Amino acid sequence: MATVYRPEPAVATEQRTPGHILKRILERLPLHLVLIGMILLWSLPTVALLISSFREPQAIASPGWWTSLEQGWHFTTSNYEQVLEARGMGRAFVNSLLITVPATILVLLFAAMAAYAVAWMDFPFRNALFLLMVALLVVPLQMTLIPVLRLYNQLAIDVTVPIIGGRLFGTSSYLGIWLAHAAYGMPFAIYLLRNFFGSLPRDLFESAYLDGASDTRVFFRIVLPLSMPALAALAIFQFLWVWNDLLVALILLGDPNLAPMTLRITNLVSSFGSQYQLLTAAAFISMVVPLIIFFALQRYFVQGILAGAVKG
Amino acid sequence: MASVTFDHVTKQFQDSVAVNDLTMEIADNEFLVLVGPSGCGKSTTLRMLAGLDTITSGRILIGDRVVNNVQPKDRDIAMVFQSYALYPHMSVEENMAFGLSLRKTPKDEIAQRVKEAAQILGIEPLLRRKPRQLSGGQRQRVALGRAIVRHPAVFLFDEPLSNLDAKLRVQTRAEISKLHQRLATTFIYVTHDQTEAMTMASRIAVLNLGVLQQLGTPQEVYEKPVNMFVAGFIGSPAINFFNGKLFQTGELIYLETDYFRLQVPPEKHLPLMPYLDKPVVLGIRPEHIHDPQFRPSETETTLITAKVDVTELMGNEVFLHLLANDKTFLARVDPRTSARPGQEVQVAIDLSKMFVFDAETEEAIVH
Repeated sequence: MATVYRPEPAVATEQRTPGHILKRILERLPLHLVLIGMILLWSLPTVALLISSFREPQAIASPGWWTSLEQGWHFTTSNYEQVLEARGMGRAFVNSLLITVPATILVLLFAAMAAYAVAWMDFPFRNALFLLMVALLVVPLQMTLIPVLRLYNQLAIDVTVPIIGGRLFGTSSYLGIWLAHAAYGMPFAIYLLRNFFGSLPRDLFESAYLDGASDTRVFFRIVLPLSMPALAALAIFQFLWVWNDLLVALILLGDPNLAPMTLRITNLVSSFGSQYQLLTAAAFISMVVPLIIFFALQRYFVQGILAGAVKG
Repeated sequence: MASVTFDHVTKQFQDSVAVNDLTMEIADNEFLVLVGPSGCGKSTTLRMLAGLDTITSGRILIGDRVVNNVQPKDRDIAMVFQSYALYPHMSVEENMAFGLSLRKTPKDEIAQRVKEAAQILGIEPLLRRKPRQLSGGQRQRVALGRAIVRHPAVFLFDEPLSNLDAKLRVQTRAEISKLHQRLATTFIYVTHDQTEAMTMASRIAVLNLGVLQQLGTPQEVYEKPVNMFVAGFIGSPAINFFNGKLFQTGELIYLETDYFRLQVPPEKHLPLMPYLDKPVVLGIRPEHIHDPQFRPSETETTLITAKVDVTELMGNEVFLHLLANDKTFLARVDPRTSARPGQEVQVAIDLSKMFVFDAETEEAIVH
């Protein structure tokens, strides 16, 4: 269950003499040292990226980002200004959001509905349908790119629409890439959510039916609120996946004006391969949003991974 | 308020029959307890009435209306689940109001009814809390409250006391009885606990293997069980059974078991005549086996000899675990008894309270 009430654990009354405290610290020291070491090791590349992105263009040629820490204050925000304005990263950032947010919401909403149906509604071939959906997990995404691209070219609708991209549908449209991302994310999402929904107690549903709730009500008023951890975990997965995607955007988005940051950074690499300072700034901009999302939802993320493991 | 009728109701799962040709009528305002061992079909019966399970054949009526194809929410019933099934993310108040708000009851009426139910159950201070902040007993009350606010025609209870500790169970049992008197509505209550059945029911339905064994008041079911299953299931500690045989000597009929011989009182002769020289089963409840020193006056008893295996002092009485050869049986005797483990003692069997069952069909011949 979402939030499990745990009474305060009964603490064994330990003698809190200085000797005992010292012993405890010494016992845990190796564990803490290993943890601190791992944290440093894992965060080092990110810190290096952050520092490099604020270095002056001429400094970037000299090796070693750590040397800039020794030479006093020589940092600048000009890399960010240049990347955001001149190199079009600002627009790409907005594009990334325009692609990722709807693609995430679509998956959450429809996968949750599908998962509810396969978990709790009674209809013929329910399990077969669920198996089929889960089986789609093994289809490599790359195999679908060409058929989908051909389909989009045939179904292109050349009506200019603001906000969602140049055209209504096809390769110059966000609608196309939203649907593609949603479809790619759906099998895993349905699998995860069905297992979580399935672990909710049956009595709750029956009680709600007796209270007069329809399936729609049960879904929105009972299932969704109780599944916040699983939904949050799924939201993080899907958001990161779409945000970091290069391949699908590269193939299915023909219009360079609609390109997300991943595409834009790739272009930066090929045209400004030697100008590290611009690449580091661009890379860090693309990392900021996933970091914010992760830190905001990480409490749910851990619970969501354990989804269904422990019954409340 | 409504009566409930089961008319030849059968429920078949893939390869087993959960409820077999059940016919019974439950009157308006009745407190009916469905009792039986696990897997006897009592919960299935309740769930069919609630509309949570479909009926394979037969009809169920609430009042005059056949509800076979009526949605659970339209049956005008409320159910209290063993697990309470409270919505964990809603406060007590929201839990109780949920059903009413779905039915578009006006806000002030909802508030009024929730307040009323909270008063009846003494949970007013808890209205803002979440279920996880409540104890088991409090959750049970909220579950009751959620049913009460609906003002249903029939209340259904599915083993509502199973998750409570022993003391709370006794207390809640009395409260549910009081609630029944106060609400004057039909209560249908499922339990595997014969004590709950005996103490609360206005009538008991004993089920076994999907078949209704007996339907009657607690007293009828206890004093006149129709077969060995009912006699064995109702009553705690359980009844003693002895295999035996009937034979006639002149005017007298004797029942002889492997361990002792009883002379059957003349008023019980007639129904036993067809069973002479046939195997029968003697049933005798532990409270009808007395210490001869302290037997009630004016009871016609037969003395038999047995060895005391274990004694259990309950305070107001003593349970004697007795051995006649290798057969163990139980007697509830006066606490002043002098019987001690290991002793050979004589105990007095009250012949007027004996049951005799057909050994083949297990049906009662004499009760």
